Amino acid sequence: MTLHVLYFARLRERFGLAEESLDFAGATAADLVAHLQTRGGAWAEELAAGRVFRVAVNQDIVALDARLPDCAEVAIFPPVTGG
Amino acid sequence: MRKILVGAEAFDLGVEVDAMRRGRTDIGAIASFVGLARDLNEGSGVAAMTLEHYPGMTEKALTALVGEACSRWSLLDVTVIHRVGRLLPGDPIVLVAVASQHRGEAFAACEFIMDALKTRAPFWKKEETPDGERWVEARASDDAAAARWERT
Repeated sequence: MTLHVLYFARLRERFGLAEESLDFAGATAADLVAHLQTRGGAWAEELAAGRVFRVAVNQDIVALDARLPDCAEVAIFPPVTGG
Repeated sequence: MRKILVGAEAFDLGVEVDAMRRGRTDIGAIASFVGLARDLNEGSGVAAMTLEHYPGMTEKALTALVGEACSRWSLLDVTVIHRVGRLLPGDPIVLVAVASQHRGEAFAACEFIMDALKTRAPFWKKEETPDGERWVEARASDDAAAARWERT
């Protein structure tokens, strides 16, 4: 499937990337995170087990076991700090 | 009558509250909250902060939590304004104003919306301190504040 993946705040800076289009063979948000970890460096560090981050699919926050629909907009970001 | 606004422009509490009550006599209570940029956080001076957000999801998340407040309490009007971009100490960041017939619902809904916004709306603060820039970390106390409203 094709995904449009967005990164925000500290993660955007650490990855040096705001968004990308991704051909992806997995099924869930956890699969995507595991795939991104294999890039190593900041990706492996920031997305390691025990690190806290959020995943949104089509602009709703989801759990990591959520299935990703084809052409989904997926965003990965740190816990929010507005207000 | 709900107003949800995300943008760089400053806001004025008086103007927003006047707009809520103008031309109507059914409102008995308006509770409001204004959050301001502080000059001190986690022991460091803060010269400025920059607020980043997720355009699209921000509006969706704010609309959802205002909708939740409206289904939970009997509200006559709600205004939520959140600024983005670079802000200086003393600048207003966020405004929540809630109108209802009686004060209890206005107070409760206003506090609920702020607590939900702090944990669910995709905004991130970056501070400029004497030691350089730093991203603000989420606080456990904000999660606890939001959890108070969960219904069992």
